Amino acid sequence: MNTLLNNSDLFITGFRNTLILFFISGFFALILGTVVATLRVSPIPAMRAAATLYINVVRNTPLTLVLFFFALGYPKLGLVEIDFMTAATIGLSLYTATYVAEAVRSGINTVPVGQAEAARAIGLPFTQTLTLVILPQAFRAVIPPMFSVFIALLKNTTVAAGFSVFEAGAIRSNLSERGEPAMAGLLWIALVFVLLVFILSFVQRKLEKKWKVAR
Amino acid sequence: MSSVLFDAPGPKARARYRILGVVTALVIIAIVGFVVLRFAQSGQFDAKKWQLFTFPLVQQTIIQSVGATLSAFATAAVFSLVLGVFLAFGRLSDRKWISLPCYGFTELFRAIPLLILMMIFYYGLPPLGVQGITPFTAVVSGLVLYNGSVLAEVFRAGIESLPRGQSEAGYAIGLPKSAVMTNILLPQAVRSMLPVIISQLVVILKDTALGFIVTYNEILFQAKYFGSQAQYGSPIIPSAIIAGVLYVGMCLILAGIAKWLEGRMRRNVKVVKVTKSEIVAIEG
Repeated sequence: MNTLLNNSDLFITGFRNTLILFFISGFFALILGTVVATLRVSPIPAMRAAATLYINVVRNTPLTLVLFFFALGYPKLGLVEIDFMTAATIGLSLYTATYVAEAVRSGINTVPVGQAEAARAIGLPFTQTLTLVILPQAFRAVIPPMFSVFIALLKNTTVAAGFSVFEAGAIRSNLSERGEPAMAGLLWIALVFVLLVFILSFVQRKLEKKWKVAR
Repeated sequence: MSSVLFDAPGPKARARYRILGVVTALVIIAIVGFVVLRFAQSGQFDAKKWQLFTFPLVQQTIIQSVGATLSAFATAAVFSLVLGVFLAFGRLSDRKWISLPCYGFTELFRAIPLLILMMIFYYGLPPLGVQGITPFTAVVSGLVLYNGSVLAEVFRAGIESLPRGQSEAGYAIGLPKSAVMTNILLPQAVRSMLPVIISQLVVILKDTALGFIVTYNEILFQAKYFGSQAQYGSPIIPSAIIAGVLYVGMCLILAGIAKWLEGRMRRNVKVVKVTKSEIVAIEG
């Protein structure tokens, strides 16, 4: 308990940055992932191929390597300078987007065929079929997998600690500078994560219940 | 499924698709071209930056680091599969004092970030007097606890998705619960869950890269070391490219093995079924 109370400043800033990383990358990953999933089912072969290539390459690359590239490699390219937090956000968004895309695509597959056929029968083009008819239903079906993607994202934010971002994963090294026992600090961090994951699964159950009836 | 989402294109739509296809291709070429151009302009393709990787000693070190990654992966994979089976059996036990702790265990270790687990082993335990914690054991035990819990859920879902007749038939011929589990339910659950199990193995392989942060001597750790060699122009991007190719390659090989295995297992099921009915016919 003392470790937590005496260093509450570290814990608060750490977890605040973790949550900022989580929400911003989650937001961008959701948008990018939906776009990529749309590309993957589009009628144009070049778009399908591009989306498939992106998903296959990024899904087979460790997140650590993605962040490695953005945090350490990118500054060497002499482009616009970004700080480590932005680099981590970009890396996490690009990485998580592939998982979001796969979840959305599996959701699209669960929508009954009749829905798309009906949409086409009344003359809707592909974009409207997807955005007005299929996707709203697909999102409802993929709440559980989507939330596991976001829970994974929340836990993945700790990887950014290895690349000079001060968030939950980096609390330990700062604690040890102050001479605090490592184990106590780490167990507190673990406990907070367990709580955060618990909250997320609670929201998941709420949403599932709320949107189940509509279908 | 995807063909359901749009009508078969007519002549106008086909022309439009062709134009959009060309535009997509151009955009992708532009993005890739920009990245490559930027790499070239900032001198990432200079011979000087790649010179380091032509030395036999460096190549040997890279191969060793691939070996380190693979050995962590293999050890963790084997132990997580074993732990997963035990936890799944525990959760399906009829005794509350076995099933509840197993439930708590899986939920707990799925909620803690893997990196924090590794840190608990690597930084947390030695000050408490635990001897013999190397980066390797920290990485492997973290991977085993996390992936074992995930695999336990996978096995459990697989076992619960089987038709009830399977276990009932087992009990009917007088098998005890343990035999029903190991001889009847588990083999079928593994077969039906094989794609999920394999994708979890790919996750293990990818997550060994976290060892980079707890100073385990794997691919990425070496990549950073080579990338910071100033006398060779700090080739951080070339070493990231090499690490990327190695990881994507290994994951694709694993996925390929998975596909091959799946095909094989599917084929074997039929064989097993035929022989089983033959046995029944003979015994009947």
